[in-house]
Amino acid sequence: MYSYETDTQTFSRRAVILGLGQLGLFGLLAARLQNLQITRGDQYGILAENNRVNIGLIAPLRGRILDRYGQEIATNRPNFQVIMIPEQTKDPIETLQVLEKLVPISPSRRRRLLRDIPRSRGFVPFTVAENLEWEQFAAINLNLPHLPGVEPQVGKLRYYPQDDIFSHMVGYVGRPDGRDLRRDDPLLKVPGFRIGKSGVEKQFDDTLRGSAGSRRVEVNNVGRVIRELARNPGAQGADLMMSMDSTLQNEAIRLLGEQSGSVVMMDVNSGEVLTIASAPTFNPNQFTVGLSQKEWDGLLDDQRKPLINKAIAGQYAPGSTVKMLIAIAGLEEKVITPKEKIVCEGLYELGGDTFHCWEHEGHGAMNMHDAITNSCDVYFYELARRLGIDPIEKVTKKFGLGSTSIPGAFGEKKGLIPGRDWKRANLDASWQTGETLIAGIGQGYMLVTPIQLAVMTARIANGGKEVVPKLLINPKDVQSDNRNISQASQGNLTMDDDGGEKTNSLVVDPEHIKLMHKAMTSVVNDPDGTAFGSRFNLRGVKSAGKTGTVQVRRISKDERESGIIPNEELDWHLRDHALFVGFAPVKNPKYAISVVVEHGGSGSKVAAPIAQKLLKMALERDRQPSKTKTARANAFNKTAKMKVDKA
Amino acid sequence: MSQFLSPRLNSFQGRLASLNWLLVALIVSISLIGVMMLYSVADGSFEPWSIRHLTRLIVGLAFMITVAIIDIKFWFRIAYFVYVIGLLALLSVEFFGDQMMGAKRWLDLGLVTIQPSEPMRIGLILALARYYHNLPVENISRPQWLVLPLLMIVVPAFLIFKQPDLGTSILFSLIGVSILFLAGLSWRYFFAGGLALIPAGWITWTMLLDYQKKRVFTFLDPDSDPLGSGYHILQSKIAIGSGGLTGKGFMQGTQSHLNFLPEKHTDFIFTMYAEEMGLYGALILLVMYLMILLMGYFIATQSRSAFARILAMSISVSFFIYLFVNIAMVVGLLPVVGVPLPLMSYGGTSMLTVMFGMGLLLNVQVNRYTELSTK
Repeated sequence: MYSYETDTQTFSRRAVILGLGQLGLFGLLAARLQNLQITRGDQYGILAENNRVNIGLIAPLRGRILDRYGQEIATNRPNFQVIMIPEQTKDPIETLQVLEKLVPISPSRRRRLLRDIPRSRGFVPFTVAENLEWEQFAAINLNLPHLPGVEPQVGKLRYYPQDDIFSHMVGYVGRPDGRDLRRDDPLLKVPGFRIGKSGVEKQFDDTLRGSAGSRRVEVNNVGRVIRELARNPGAQGADLMMSMDSTLQNEAIRLLGEQSGSVVMMDVNSGEVLTIASAPTFNPNQFTVGLSQKEWDGLLDDQRKPLINKAIAGQYAPGSTVKMLIAIAGLEEKVITPKEKIVCEGLYELGGDTFHCWEHEGHGAMNMHDAITNSCDVYFYELARRLGIDPIEKVTKKFGLGSTSIPGAFGEKKGLIPGRDWKRANLDASWQTGETLIAGIGQGYMLVTPIQLAVMTARIANGGKEVVPKLLINPKDVQSDNRNISQASQGNLTMDDDGGEKTNSLVVDPEHIKLMHKAMTSVVNDPDGTAFGSRFNLRGVKSAGKTGTVQVRRISKDERESGIIPNEELDWHLRDHALFVGFAPVKNPKYAISVVVEHGGSGSKVAAPIAQKLLKMALERDRQPSKTKTARANAFNKTAKMKVDKA
Repeated sequence: MSQFLSPRLNSFQGRLASLNWLLVALIVSISLIGVMMLYSVADGSFEPWSIRHLTRLIVGLAFMITVAIIDIKFWFRIAYFVYVIGLLALLSVEFFGDQMMGAKRWLDLGLVTIQPSEPMRIGLILALARYYHNLPVENISRPQWLVLPLLMIVVPAFLIFKQPDLGTSILFSLIGVSILFLAGLSWRYFFAGGLALIPAGWITWTMLLDYQKKRVFTFLDPDSDPLGSGYHILQSKIAIGSGGLTGKGFMQGTQSHLNFLPEKHTDFIFTMYAEEMGLYGALILLVMYLMILLMGYFIATQSRSAFARILAMSISVSFFIYLFVNIAMVVGLLPVVGVPLPLMSYGGTSMLTVMFGMGLLLNVQVNRYTELSTK
């Protein structure tokens, strides 16, 4: 019956089987551990590190934008904020109610907070209010002992201390939108980060932005920060020094006033732009804190288009301001001599068509000088006919019309210099002689921008050198050891480093240019000149210029016979554009200017006075050089010192 | 001769002296590693787990030694009684059990709460060992003699399954099957059972709901769903793998201390140990466990009586099953089933059960020459 031996043998055999099985499974565990910890150990080590370490970005301080004397155009001001960390409060909702009595909380933010706080992990901070006044911020600080979990915080906000006077050229910053976010920079996702949206702020965003700092923090499984492991403060953005003069810019904006127009003034040798103003303007500070829909609609609906930078994006027929170039073309092509007289009887006939001079009575016999001084249209109809369109196209382009003046500038338009090829390509028609005639007085297809007019005038004023406008000042010109000012100014905005010294000549006979100087001087200073009314005489220093009054409507034959309706009686948008280009001093010209007042009426009455006042002011400012130089040096020293402090 | 070799079992000191103190030392060592790791789990605090684990260890040791020095005949006599008590406890869980996290597993005994499914396996081992001790060898493989053992396995397994606790229920059945195997049940039954599992498995698979299937897939490839159900196992593998050869150092485990690991004090304590102590530490621990199993094997094979043999080897096997399933789970070789690591995991019932088992193992060694009547 009971067999002890069989029983034991069976048991032993089976125990051995189980024992070996266990041993094998132990081997499996050991092999698995070897695989996890040795073979794939490094890989899992990285994964563990990725789990543990979060990298947070620290937004760099945006570089300032300064004017040529170091005055701040764009800077950063403290943004007083109130932060709440729900888990550190006694009751987040109650705390919110207390805070509401101390600082304004907008209804939409309040709704958002009430919705999000209960859902959040307690350690995630919420911004309760920002852009506070100092008094409100102080009130919070005073009450802190009774407000656990509430933290006052000072952020940075872009600030334009001069409000609206540089808005178009300097631009503004804003939240990165969808298109910006598609770029790879993780900095763009940092809450509250702003990027350049227009103007210089956009064009030189990379320079101004600086490089992001980072902090490596240890986090747990729900993302709570346990401790900070390392911090790299990053580099703040470089400052940009612009060529503009705040005083002149401010005066330009003031003189334009409620009118729609623009002013560009530049140094004829270095190309430095001292004033580049567009009116009406807007306050960029509103854009940083956020514009209401009403304010935004107001800007969009204004027929004077406040958001457009008219100095570089406004395109107008140049009118009579182009006559110097037609004259130069005539002399260069030798189709006319300065002395040859052409008789003006108020109109010019070609084929079946009649072309009118602005002076219905006629100017009589005019040589070149008189034709420019009086802005006689008939003279230039004849001259243009003799020239044909090709030389006109060549010379106007040579002087900077029809192409962008500041490569890369935000929103700059090219204007249009028409020619045979252009017409064939765009209108599929051959060029007509009548079109050449109206091109001779700067009407028709021809379109230019105010900056192009300033460049044209500067190139006439400097004797035919190919000067290029420059918006940034090379810090090397001022103080060589300052590296905080962007090096960008050496490249993007200018064709060469050293301003006017190496500029190419336009290969125009200097004698011909001299004739233009004389004629333009007479425009302003001779009693029969069109801008005589706004002349100035600053201890013998005078200015030269040329007016332009540009028709924006076709004047019918009937109207011409019954008497042309005066501008004042027309709707605003049908009135003539008022233009003026000029330079000063007459001897050794230094500054060139262009003024365009949209639908302003006559160039001599509206545009010329603005230009003359600004030229005079620029010359006056040059007589106090010691003051400005010190100001500039101080500005740089301050920046240099900031840099040292940071390092 | 046997009289000469056998220890002096008639005195208390004699029994105490004849205990396998090396086995006791291994048990204490592993438990102390557990105490240490629980200290680390609490970020360097004895509260709340470490100190209680230590207390349980001390109480458990006293219990184990008591179990060890009681005459084996006593355990032989009450084997069925223990089983019945266990079964009643399981039934009362069904009726009076405390619901925790959707499962009725706990029985409140006033002073302590226990999980009857844990000690039940000792009851099963005792009962089956006695059953097969009594059963003549030629009857072992006869079907009519297999009915009762199978019922003894299936009934509690079903009760545990209903709690619901699928993992423990499977392990319980596995222990039962191991005992049948050790008792000498014919191979044919095991082959037949194995073959029956294939269609059964296939039918079960077709009956599984989508989310249950997904769980299986997640187990097969946890990286495919790193934030969903694969999260725990992936984090566990990251923790172990990042420990490398020498570990991150005591209390330095980033995965564990930054909470990427779940259930560090219970099911995933091995993960934390391997993260902080590395492959070296893990292998040392495995060797210690292996030594316990080796002793279990020798104790079993040296014993005279079938009861003692089956008892010892079954305890050893059940100890192995728990420790293997736990470690295989945290290293990603098996799906996540809530099984504690013997001696290391925090948990009173688990400690009690392991100590009960180890006490019986020691007891078998002390009584290895004792003859038991067939009754």
